Amino acid sequence: MTPIGHYLILSAILFAIGTAGVFFRRNLITILLSIEIMLNAVNLTFVAFGRQIGAVDGQVIVFFVMTVAAAEAAVGLAIVIALFRHRESLNPEAFTSLKW
Amino acid sequence: MLALIPLFPFLGFLVNAAIGRRLSKTVSGGLASLVMIASFAVSAVTVWNLAALPVDHRAITETLYTWIASDPITIDVAFRVDPLSAVMILVVTGIGALIHVYSTAYMHDESDGEFARYFSYLNLFAAFMLVLVLGSNMLVMFVGWEGVGLCSYLLIGFWFRKKSASDAGKKAFIVNRVGDYAFVLGMLLLAVAYNTVDFQHLASEIAPLAPEAAFGPLSLAALLLFVGATGKSAQIPLYVWLPDAMEGPTPVSALIHAATMVTAGVYMIGRNAVLFSHAPVTMEVVAVVGAATALMAGTIGLVQNDIKRVLAYSTVSQLGYMFLAMGVGAFGAGIFHLYTHAFFKALLFLGSGAVIHALHGEQDIRHMGGLRKDLPVTYWTFLIGAIAIAGVPGLAGFFSKDEILFETFWTGHTALWVIGALTSLLTATYMFRLVFLTFHGERRAAAAAPGHDHGADGHAHDAGAGHAHLHDAPPAMALVLVALAVGSVVAGYIGVPHAIGGRNALGAWLAPSFTVSAPAKAGALGAEERMAVEGHAIGAEAGAAEGGEGHGEAAGKTGTELTLMGVSSAIALIGIGLAFFFFVSTPSAADGVARSFPGLHRLLLNKYYVDEAYDAVLVQPIRVISQEGLWKGFDVKVIDGAVDGTGAMVSGWAWILRRTQTGSVRTYAGSLLLGVVLVLGYYLWR
Amino acid sequence: MLFYVFGGLAIVSALGVIGQRNPIYSVLALVLMFASLAGLYVVLDAPFTAVTQIIIYAGAIMVLFLFVVMLLNNPLEGHSPYDRSHPLRRTAAGRMGGVLAVMLVAELAWGLSRMVGAGAPVAGDVAAGAVVSSVREIGVKIFTDYRFAFEATSILILVAMIGAVVLARREEATR
Repeated sequence: MTPIGHYLILSAILFAIGTAGVFFRRNLITILLSIEIMLNAVNLTFVAFGRQIGAVDGQVIVFFVMTVAAAEAAVGLAIVIALFRHRESLNPEAFTSLKW
Repeated sequence: MLALIPLFPFLGFLVNAAIGRRLSKTVSGGLASLVMIASFAVSAVTVWNLAALPVDHRAITETLYTWIASDPITIDVAFRVDPLSAVMILVVTGIGALIHVYSTAYMHDESDGEFARYFSYLNLFAAFMLVLVLGSNMLVMFVGWEGVGLCSYLLIGFWFRKKSASDAGKKAFIVNRVGDYAFVLGMLLLAVAYNTVDFQHLASEIAPLAPEAAFGPLSLAALLLFVGATGKSAQIPLYVWLPDAMEGPTPVSALIHAATMVTAGVYMIGRNAVLFSHAPVTMEVVAVVGAATALMAGTIGLVQNDIKRVLAYSTVSQLGYMFLAMGVGAFGAGIFHLYTHAFFKALLFLGSGAVIHALHGEQDIRHMGGLRKDLPVTYWTFLIGAIAIAGVPGLAGFFSKDEILFETFWTGHTALWVIGALTSLLTATYMFRLVFLTFHGERRAAAAAPGHDHGADGHAHDAGAGHAHLHDAPPAMALVLVALAVGSVVAGYIGVPHAIGGRNALGAWLAPSFTVSAPAKAGALGAEERMAVEGHAIGAEAGAAEGGEGHGEAAGKTGTELTLMGVSSAIALIGIGLAFFFFVSTPSAADGVARSFPGLHRLLLNKYYVDEAYDAVLVQPIRVISQEGLWKGFDVKVIDGAVDGTGAMVSGWAWILRRTQTGSVRTYAGSLLLGVVLVLGYYLWR
Repeated sequence: MLFYVFGGLAIVSALGVIGQRNPIYSVLALVLMFASLAGLYVVLDAPFTAVTQIIIYAGAIMVLFLFVVMLLNNPLEGHSPYDRSHPLRRTAAGRMGGVLAVMLVAELAWGLSRMVGAGAPVAGDVAAGAVVSSVREIGVKIFTDYRFAFEATSILILVAMIGAVVLARREEATR
C-alpha cells in the first residue's frame, strides 16, 4: 500500500515540471502543453485524496477540472492562432507591446 | 465724527485710484483738494468742541471696534483727540489742503492718469497721517506710521521710470523700515510690560513710578521708540533718505518731508511724554542726537548746490531742533516749532517749486540768479519764509526756535545750547545764501547741452541762456504761497512767551497732553503730581506759575530769556550779513574760502561721505551675502538641488524599475513563480 | 508497485514534453503522460476518471493541439530573431528558473513532511474502494451536491466555444 505522501510528491514533481516548462519554452503551444501538465498534476492529487477519505468528491472535482481545461485549451489555441496571424511567430518574445 | 477726518481723504484716494484715469484734471484735482478741505473743516469743528471742554477733561475719544482681544491684552481701533493731536490735525489738514491746491497747478503737465495717480497717493498719505495722529493707541498709530512710509515711497518714486527716483523711493522705505523695526520692538516691550498699548493707559501706569536713574526697561523702550523716530524724522543715523527724497515732485517734498510725515517722530515723543519723562537717560540721548543732527545738517546745507537739497538738509536740521526740545523736556516748545516750521518750510519748498517750474526744470542754484525781477510773488514769499526760518524777531520762527534754545539753556544743557546757537547761525547763512544766489545778482545761465539733466523734477527741458520770458507762479500756486507767507508771519504769535508779555497760549493749551489726564483718575492727580510727572519745565509758563516758583526765580528766568532772545536775534542778523558778504558784495570770497579749504569743502559737499560709508559697511556686504551666499550658494544649490534632486531621483528609480516591464510574458511568469515560492515558503515556515 | 511504474513513466514523459524541440514530439509525449496518469487512476480505484481522462484529454484536446501545430507550421524554436534579445535565454536565467522550480518542489515536500498522516496508505480502506469506483456514485454527486458547478461549467463551455470561434476567425471585410 503506497502512502498518500508518495502520490503527493509525485504530483508536486509533475507540477514543478509543468511550471518549468511554462518558464523555459519559447513556443506558445508548448507553454500551453505545460499548463496541461500542471492541471493533471492537480487532478492526481484530487483523486488520491478522494480515494483516501473514501468519497467520490475528488473524482467529481476532477471531472469539472477536465472540462474547464478543455475549454481553456480551446480558447487558448484560438488566441495562439490569432497571435500567429499577427506576428508570424509563436515565440512569446515576439509579443512585447507592453514593454516600456 | 472723528473717523471722518481720515475718512474723507481716504475716500478721495479710492475715487482717484479707481476711476481717476477717466476724470479730467479739474475733477480729480478738485476732488482731492475738496476732501482735504472737508477734513479741515471737520477738524476745525472738532477742535472747537474740544476747546469748549474743561481743561482737565480735554479729550474726545471714539472707539470704532475691538481689533485684538487676546487675554490679557485688548487693542481697539480707536481715535482720540486732545490738545496735542488737535494741533496736528489742523496742521496736516490745513497745510495739506493748501498743498493739494498748489499741486493742481504744479502737476498740470502730467497726463490725466498720472495726475490722478498723484492725487490718489497724496490723499492716501493724508488719510494715513491723520490715522497716525488720531490713534489712541500705539498700534493704530503704527498703522498710520507704516502707511505714511508707504505713501512716501510711492510719492518719492512717482516718476518711477527714472532710476534715481525709484532708487530714492526704495532707499526711503528701507531706511524707514529699519527704524520701524525698532519701533515695533519698543511697542512690544511696553505691551508685554503693561498689557496695554493705549497711550492713556500706559501713561497712567507709568506716571506713579519714579523716573529711572539708570538705563532700565523704560529707557530701553523709549530708546527703541526713538530709533523709530530717527528713521521717520530723519535724524542721525537714519536721515540719509531725506535728501534723496527730493527726487519726488516738489509739493510732495513740501507736504511730506517738511510739514507732516517727518514730524511724526516728534509727535510720537510728545504723545509718549510721560514715558520719556521717566527715562532721563534716553532723553539725554534724544537731545544730543537732535543737536548733533541739527549741526551736521546745517554744515552740509551750506555748500549744496541744488535748491531742494539745501531745503532738505534744512529740514533735517530743524527737525534736530525739535528733538533737542523734546530731549530737554520742553515738549511744548518742540511741538511749537513743528507747527511754525510746517508753515515756513512748506512755503520755502513750494516757492522753490515755483522757481523750478518757471525755469522748466533747472534746480542748480549756480545757474540761477536775478530772478527777483521776473518772479516777484515767488521772491517775496520766499524771502518771508527765509526770514522766518532764520529766526529774525517778529516772525514765526523766532518765537519757536528761541523757546527751544531758552529751554535748553535753562535746563542746564549749556553745551547743547552752544551747538543750537551755532546751528542758528548756519541756518541764517545757508538760507540767505540760497536767497541771494537764486534771486539776486545777474542771471547765470546754464552752459547746457540737452543731455545736462538737472531737471530732476521731470521737466527735462533745457533751461538755456536767452530764455527771456519767465512766468511767475500761476494763480493756484501763488495763492498758496501767499497764504503760507502770512502764516509764517503770524503763526508764531500764539506762543509768545511771558517774558515779553505774551500769554504763551499754545504752551498752556498743550500742557495737559503731556501728563496723565485720565478722567477716571481725576481725583488722583493734583497740581504737584502733575509737576513731578512733567519733570523739567514744559515750556509752559502757566505751569511754572502753578508750580510755585517764586517771583524772584521767575524774574531771573525772564531776564535770562530776554538776554538769550537778544543773542538769538543777533545771531540771525549776523548770519544774514555773512551771507550777504559772501554771496552778494564779494562773490569771489566764497570761492576763495572754498579754495583755501578744499578738503573740508569736499567733505561737506559729499555729505561727510555718510552714504558711501553705509554703502560699504552695510549695503555691499548684504548684497554680496545675498547674491553669492544665499542666492547662488543656498537657493540654487540647496533648494533647487533638493527639488531637482527629487525629480532626478524619481527619474532614476523609474529608469530602474522600468526594466521590469519587459513585455515578455515569460518574465512575468517568472515573477509569478518567484512570488509563489516566496509566499508558500512564508506560510510553510509559520 | 504499479504506482512506481506509472509514476516514473509520467515523470519521464512530462520531462519529454518540456524538453523536446519539436512541438509534435511534445504533444505525443504529453499523450503518453496522460496515459500513465490514467493508469494511476485505475490503481486508485477510479476507472471512470481514467477513461474520462483518455477520452477528453488524449482524445479531444491533444487532437486539437495536433491540428493547431500542424496548421501553424511553425519553424522550430531557436531560429526566431526574437530569441537573441531576451535575457532569459542566457543560461544564468535558465538556471534561476530551474532553481525556482526545484525550490517549489522542495517547499511542497517540506510542507508534506510536516503534514500529519502523510504516511497513511491511500488505499487503506478497502471497502471504500467499491464506493469510489462506482460510476453511479459519481453521477449522483454531480447532479445533487455539485449541480450548480455542473450548470455553470456548461455555460463556461458554451462561452469558450463562442470565444474560440470568434478569436480564430480570419479578419474579413474590416481589413
